[in-house]
Amino acid sequence: MTGDVVTEPLFKTGDQVRIHDSNPPGHRRTPDYIKGKIGIIERYCGRFVNPEESAYGFDGLPLRHLYRVRFDQAHIWKDYDGGAGDTLDIEMYEHWLRPAGGSAPKQKKAIFQ
Amino acid sequence: MSDKQVELNEHGHELLAYSDDSRHDVDEADHYVLMADAIRDLLIEKGVIKAGDVREQLEFMDSRSEEIGAQIIARAWANADFKERLLADGSEAIKEFDIPMLDAELVVVENTDTVHNMVVCTLCSCYPRTILGMPPDWYKSKTYRSRSVNEPRAVLKEFGTELADDVAVRVHDSNADMRYLVLPVRPEGTDGWSEAELAKLVSRDSMIGVSPARAP
Repeated sequence: MTGDVVTEPLFKTGDQVRIHDSNPPGHRRTPDYIKGKIGIIERYCGRFVNPEESAYGFDGLPLRHLYRVRFDQAHIWKDYDGGAGDTLDIEMYEHWLRPAGGSAPKQKKAIFQ
Repeated sequence: MSDKQVELNEHGHELLAYSDDSRHDVDEADHYVLMADAIRDLLIEKGVIKAGDVREQLEFMDSRSEEIGAQIIARAWANADFKERLLADGSEAIKEFDIPMLDAELVVVENTDTVHNMVVCTLCSCYPRTILGMPPDWYKSKTYRSRSVNEPRAVLKEFGTELADDVAVRVHDSNADMRYLVLPVRPEGTDGWSEAELAKLVSRDSMIGVSPARAP
């Protein structure tokens, strides 16, 4: 893949992040249900074309850092009916992520087991 | 309010526009078919693609099937070293199968006695098509896409997969550049089986994560 990324990834596995809560018009890959929620970086996936640009015929550069972020289901859904260990993973481009209190607190680390 | 007569269902509720039970779906389908045909004709007319390219692509997609995925899973069951590489970097590990991933990367997630993974694309129908072929209709349905993320256990139960509370359910929303393959638990009673024999136990649904592998 060509295209320069001028920055290093801002986040690493285990970091706690909040998904930016915003509703800009256009093609977005961030579903509403995850906006404003706090999760933990599960892994860094690499650099990819920005679909919010490429969807409209632009080159989608610079490439964007992509991560998989893991959330407790009970945090996403108020009335979640399932086990306490249930989680949801979703892919997020870096510009949708905000730092949310440094590294994962201890109880959160359980969801990686 | 417009003068238009509001449609009511048998319970007297107003039908939602664009809901699954609305007539709009039929109109939308016609609309998209027309749009797709028009775009294809324009691309051919402008020399961007040839008519044969479309046929070739259809032929390629029709050649892909869940048997490819089953071979990958069977090898992971039979070969611990391959399994380790597959879980660490799916795209890299499947190079020995000569499978194109196109522009996406492959993430393989392992089911165990304590973790059950299932895959959904809430935005559309992202799916590892070069490994599993075309997705089933239910995978693309609004119902599966919306319910899998917020009530996965109820959805799994409807597929006949009931899990104990202490088994963690991990839902993977395939919303961007990764594609997912679930590595199901290897069925008991298969010690010493060859890859070819094991592959017969690997179903499409077990690789999406809505069911276990077949029992021998």
